[in-house]
Amino acid sequence: MNQLYDVIIIGGGPAGLSAAYSAWENGAKKIIVIERDRELGGILQQCIHNGFGLHHFKEELTGPGYAYRCIEMIKDKPEIETLVDTMVLDVKDNKTVIAVSPEKGLMELQGKTVILTMGCRERTRGAIRTPGERPAGVFTAGAAQRMVNMEGYLPGHKIVILGSGDIGLVMARRMSLEGCKVQAVLEICPFSNGLTRNIVQCLHDYDIPLYLSHTIVKIHGDTRVTGITVAKVDYKMCPIPGTEFDIECDTVLLSVGLIPENELSNGLNLAMHPLTAGPIVDQHRETSLDGFFAAGNVVHVHDLVDFVSDEAEIAGKYAALKALGKMEGEMREVKVSAINGVRTCVPQKLSMSVANPADEKVKLFMRVAAPHRKVRLEIKSGDNVLLSKPLPVAKPSEMIAVEIPAAKFDLIGDEITVGLLL
Amino acid sequence: MAVETRVMNCIMCPMGCEMTVTIEDGKVTNVTGNTCPRGPKYAADEVTAPKRMLTTTVAVEGGLLPLLPVVSSTVLPKERVLDCAAYLRGVKVQAPIKAGDVVVKDILGLGVDIVASRGM
Amino acid sequence: MEFVKSTDVVVIGGGIVGTAILRELSKYDLQCVLVEKEPDVSLGTTKANSAILHAGFDAPTGSLKAITNVRGNKLYHQLEKELDLDIKWTGSLVVATTEEEMATLQELMQRGHANGVEGLQILTAEEVLEQEPNLQNVKGALWAPTAGVCWPFGATVAFAQCAVQNGAEVMCDTKVLGFIKEDGRIAGVETNKGVIKTKYVVNAAGVYADEIAKLAGDDSFTITARKGEYILFDKTACNSLVYGVVFPCPTKKSKGILVCTTTHGNTFIGPNANELEDKEDHAVTMDGMNEIMTSARKLIPNLPMGQAITQFAGLRAVSSTGDFIIGPSDIEGFFNAAGMQSPGLTAAPAVGELVAAEIARLSGAAKKANFKAALPKTKAFLRMTRTEQAKAIEANNLYGRVICRCETITEGEIVEAINSPVGARTVDGVKRRTRAGMGRCQGGFCGPRVTQILARELNIPITEVLKERTDSNMFYEKYAADGGEE
Repeated sequence: MNQLYDVIIIGGGPAGLSAAYSAWENGAKKIIVIERDRELGGILQQCIHNGFGLHHFKEELTGPGYAYRCIEMIKDKPEIETLVDTMVLDVKDNKTVIAVSPEKGLMELQGKTVILTMGCRERTRGAIRTPGERPAGVFTAGAAQRMVNMEGYLPGHKIVILGSGDIGLVMARRMSLEGCKVQAVLEICPFSNGLTRNIVQCLHDYDIPLYLSHTIVKIHGDTRVTGITVAKVDYKMCPIPGTEFDIECDTVLLSVGLIPENELSNGLNLAMHPLTAGPIVDQHRETSLDGFFAAGNVVHVHDLVDFVSDEAEIAGKYAALKALGKMEGEMREVKVSAINGVRTCVPQKLSMSVANPADEKVKLFMRVAAPHRKVRLEIKSGDNVLLSKPLPVAKPSEMIAVEIPAAKFDLIGDEITVGLLL
Repeated sequence: MAVETRVMNCIMCPMGCEMTVTIEDGKVTNVTGNTCPRGPKYAADEVTAPKRMLTTTVAVEGGLLPLLPVVSSTVLPKERVLDCAAYLRGVKVQAPIKAGDVVVKDILGLGVDIVASRGM
Repeated sequence: MEFVKSTDVVVIGGGIVGTAILRELSKYDLQCVLVEKEPDVSLGTTKANSAILHAGFDAPTGSLKAITNVRGNKLYHQLEKELDLDIKWTGSLVVATTEEEMATLQELMQRGHANGVEGLQILTAEEVLEQEPNLQNVKGALWAPTAGVCWPFGATVAFAQCAVQNGAEVMCDTKVLGFIKEDGRIAGVETNKGVIKTKYVVNAAGVYADEIAKLAGDDSFTITARKGEYILFDKTACNSLVYGVVFPCPTKKSKGILVCTTTHGNTFIGPNANELEDKEDHAVTMDGMNEIMTSARKLIPNLPMGQAITQFAGLRAVSSTGDFIIGPSDIEGFFNAAGMQSPGLTAAPAVGELVAAEIARLSGAAKKANFKAALPKTKAFLRMTRTEQAKAIEANNLYGRVICRCETITEGEIVEAINSPVGARTVDGVKRRTRAGMGRCQGGFCGPRVTQILARELNIPITEVLKERTDSNMFYEKYAADGGEE
């Protein structure tokens, strides 16, 4: 089996589904979405809480509700095929994709373009080197979330959550609603990495204490977790001797960060960005390898799925145009640099048409390195200010999205810088 | 007249606007810092009768998964959320279910329905 | 106590040593039972060590350690094919960073020659860097071409499977409580499952070997647990670390903190060495991790700590005699294979030969004519060619479902690991047999799925599936409508 597709999309979560729809809207005639799980929708299917979709669908949805919308949009379209329970084993730089499924066996697909939408995975205990015994009862928050919300089992009864990212906060509420006792949420940073609304409605509502600048220094238990020792940390995030105290629990859930899942991207030797841990992309979400696009959490970890969809629609559109031969013409590359308190900015480069530079406004997604109040964001090229915008609040946990209007494009030189005026 | 100002974060959407709320005699008289009309509404409720959405699961038979995610059709009184969640742990429904189907009508007499978040 | 069965030999302990002995015993006309207190084999020292097949130049000439090391290394070369073992014959380097250490290398080489180790050679700094370009401060190294790395869990399971296919039996979840003696000689073993009548007992109980010996009336030695901690890196880190086995120059206490890449391409650093009172202390400590990082940085200053995927600690059984304790004790019918610290993994097949030959001599048992030495060959899905993969799926479509994404382990391989002889009964048992959960996500994605597959294949509720040891349950039932913590 070796069929030629306009667009092959690897990953059937919100990014892959939005990319598929957008590729279809932009004229691609043969699109396939490959998903490794038993159904489409990705991690959204286990995120049963609400708060999704306000930007993208102008409506507040649950995770499964958002997934349902995305699935409905691509359903019954003869141009879009989907494969579930299918794992991509290899992608070659000529856009041959090797995949397996129990139903169809080993498959070889050929694409004119490929969109990488594999999402991200959770950082583990090993990555943060939490000391102690290695009993049962230590889970990543997402693994526990899947068991509780989709399979119908509890990871334990007395819970401590390490990390105050949104998954950790949402799981604190979820476990409380299931009748479990959440003893504490611990955060090694002096600030929470979750949305403020989740601090309020997931912790305050259930009287769950949040210990900032604290971490686990020992996990106890021979067979199953029996408790943990916690310590306060200094400004270098090192435990301060003498501040230790014990918390009794049978379960530790880790919500200590997400990492873009880029095994396939690395196999393709795509240029990667050290801070986003994802491929370097231009404003069309095309990677360093011609005809390979990437979008969603595989490029950089997003705070809102709405932005994932926005970004994936861009990738879908330009992959379709590329497959249809509508992305010809000479391009010049403009470097996008994050400076002065802005940690990352996607895209990391712009491909500007030499003949017709002012084709479309450019949307930039960025994250700051540390929390700020009342700062100004400035985007410049040389001495030309392309955009200057006051930000009432800027937090590392929340992505900032701004647009450079097409009218400003003739001011752009070889590089633009994105930074805060501190 | 008792006038109080309180700083609170709106939780109606992920933006989490930080609002300054003026309360006179237990009633919200002024809100600043919000970006949409849901902010003042949330502030008024939060001061007098806090309300929350509920999302949880119910057991389902004959579906792809053993659980069906559900959501309240609108906000519930905050102090009854745990009661509703506990009640829903005892509910079992039969597939097929469509997204938006009412799973429990008027839960615990609170005037709010519980609906399916997805089909199964 | 209830009588369970009658046999000729009971081996106590399902580690690499116990299973190697069981396999050697199964070559003779002897009925053999191995008892293991945990739900699976390979859960003691065998699961957390350096996985190195040593060349044999470390131990004092003439010691049991030296003799069984050199012999064991030779045997692994033969067993590799018979039992389809995962071994990489990388050779090993002992790296000197000072002139004094260069002198130590000479001593090691002399001792190696005396111990019968072949091919030893002192390399120059340039020659070392050609092999391992990331090393720093190198003056020279001792090169031992016969050393390698193996997959200790795989070897343990293979030894047990080979013994089982030759009529031996493995009983897990079976804890020894005492011994029955008649006229001063061993007549039976009391376990939590009842009494096993037997003529001979072999004590391969790892860090608990002294306590087992004491139960039998042999208090001639004690065992101290010496903890060693390790940090393991993702496969992607290998290029910035080492490709083979790199030791620093040894000290009196241990072979030092080494840097080594496993058979599957994960580099690790460790172990340190701390004597313990508590034989159940497997905790990784902040100080321990700092100690091994500091020490490893002497050879490789830029450790890619961001690519660390797990840390673990193992306990080595250090005997009061300073050497392995192998052979008959003063209690008639009671044999020891104790104090099996490094190079115990390498020595295991040789220890098996010694013990089995002695029991055969005493009992007069003859060698079986029909001993089946070879195990059926299997190939991991990941290592198959595309054509082989397609064929495997055609024969069993569960090979088309990838459960562990990091290591590309299929449901077919997991089901086979559960249903084969001495099969996996726990999530970690599946991990050790198939590598599902050994990758960079450390079971985040596949752990719950492996739990579900175990429940299905073993026909038990999900809530009864264990992570590893007794009572290490993974998941629980949800609370009922009126349940929960208040």
